[in-house]
Amino acid sequence: MPGDRQDREELEISLLLEGVYRHYGFDFRQYARASIRRRLWRRTYAEGLSTITGLLDRVLHDEEAMQRLLLDLSINVTSMFRDPTFFAAFRTKVVPYLRTFPFLRIWNAGCSTGEETYSLAIVLHEVGLLERTRIYATDINEAVLRSAADGVFPLAKMKEFTENYLAAGGTRSFSEYYVSAYDRAQLNRSLAENVVFAQHNLVSDRSFNEFHVIVCRNVMIYFDRALQDQVHGLFLDSLVPLGVLALGHKETVRHTAHAERYETVDEVERIYRRVR
Amino acid sequence: MRSVDLVAVGASWGGLDASCRLLSSIPVPTPVPLVLVLHRARTSDAAMLATVLRRCCGQRAVEAEDKSPLEPGVVLVAPPDYHLLVEDGVVSLSTEAPVNFSRPSIDVAFDSAAQEYTTGLVAVLLTGTGRDGADGIRAVKRRGGRTLVQDPASAERGDMPGSALATGAVDDIGTPEELGAMLSAMLVSPQGEEG
Repeated sequence: MPGDRQDREELEISLLLEGVYRHYGFDFRQYARASIRRRLWRRTYAEGLSTITGLLDRVLHDEEAMQRLLLDLSINVTSMFRDPTFFAAFRTKVVPYLRTFPFLRIWNAGCSTGEETYSLAIVLHEVGLLERTRIYATDINEAVLRSAADGVFPLAKMKEFTENYLAAGGTRSFSEYYVSAYDRAQLNRSLAENVVFAQHNLVSDRSFNEFHVIVCRNVMIYFDRALQDQVHGLFLDSLVPLGVLALGHKETVRHTAHAERYETVDEVERIYRRVR
Repeated sequence: MRSVDLVAVGASWGGLDASCRLLSSIPVPTPVPLVLVLHRARTSDAAMLATVLRRCCGQRAVEAEDKSPLEPGVVLVAPPDYHLLVEDGVVSLSTEAPVNFSRPSIDVAFDSAAQEYTTGLVAVLLTGTGRDGADGIRAVKRRGGRTLVQDPASAERGDMPGSALATGAVDDIGTPEELGAMLSAMLVSPQGEEG
C-alpha cells in the first residue's frame, strides 16, 4: 500500500532494536535503517539463524552473542589517511590555528580500530604539535577500543596506508612508523603516548570536555537525520569558540539544525569552524 | 498501470556511455527521483562524473551526499568508495566492506531500494563485468518492482547483464535507448499525461 512500508521484517527489526535498548542500554533505534538492516541480517546468518526475531532471542539470552552483534554494528572498514586530501587540508588549514595554543585537546569521535586516530597523531608529530596534544579517541565498543589501543594492523594493509600517507602530504617514510613481524605491523608506541582511548556513546553520553578539534568522519552516516542533529548539538557543546569540526567526505553541517553556528574552513574537505 | 516512485540504475564497465544513452532517452527532467550507481575507482574525481553526465544527457546529475533527498528531476550519483542505500525519501551512505569487490555496489543499492520502494521501483542494470547487480535484480523482483536489463549482445561487457538474466527475475531486455523508451512509457501517468 502506498505510504505503508511497515511489513513483518521492519517490525522484527524495530523489536530487536527496542529489545537491545531495554536490556543492554545500547540505543540503535535512530540509526539509519537501511544499513542497520543489512548488518542485522549478516549477523543473523553468521549465527546460523534465519529470522531477525531469532537473533533477538539469541542476543537477549546470550551476552557474548550481543558482543558479536555490537561488533558488527560498530565496526567499519577503514584505512589510515583515508581521503588523503582531507589530511592534506588539515595540515594546511587547521594546523596553523592549532599552533596558537600551548595545549591542545582533540576528540576523535567514533575512532573504531584507530586508523584515523593514528593518522592524526602522525600528522601532529610531523608538524611538531603532538607533544602538546591530548587526543581523546572514543568509540561505543570496548573490544574495538582495545584493538585500537594495541596499534597492530595487518601487514598487507601497509601498502595502501603508505600510498594514502604520501598522498596526504606525509614528509617521512611511512615505514618509520611501524615495525613488522610475520603478517602484522605494530605502529610505534610513541604515537599512542598522547592518546587516551575511552568508551563513549555518542547517542547517550554527554559532553565530557571542550576541544579545539573534533574529528568524526563517516560515523554519523549511520545515524538518521534526527540523531545526526542531536549529535551535532553534542559536538557544539564540546567545541571551544572557534574550534574546528571535521566530517567525512560526503557529510556536511549544512542542512543540520546548527548550520548557522559554523563557518566553512574547507567545503570540499568538510572542515568547519564554530563561530557562534 | 502501476506508478513509478523511484528508478535505480546500475552499471560498471562501459557504464558511463550506456547510462548517458539511457538517461538521454527518458524525459528531462525525470518526473521521479533517480539513483545511479556506477562502479568507480576509489580515487575517482567525484565532481567530474556528475559534470560529464549532465553534459551528455541533460539530466541534473548530482553527486550524492549522506542524507541527500530523493527529488524528481535529480539523478543522484553514488560517490566513490561509499555504498549508496535508499531510505525513506533520502539516500544514506555507508563505508561497509565492498560487495562483489565493489564500493559502491549495485546489489546494495538495489536491495535497499527494493526494501523501501517495493512495487514503485524500476531497476535498470546495464553493461559490466562481474556479477554485481544480479542479486539486487532478484531482490527488486521479489518485492514487486520491475526489472530492465541491457541486452548482453549490445553491452560493452555482457557479464553483469548476463548474470542478472540468469536469475530469471528480469522483465525486459534491450539496448539503453530501448530501455529508456520502456522506462518513459512507465513514467507516463495513468491519465496519459507526463509526470
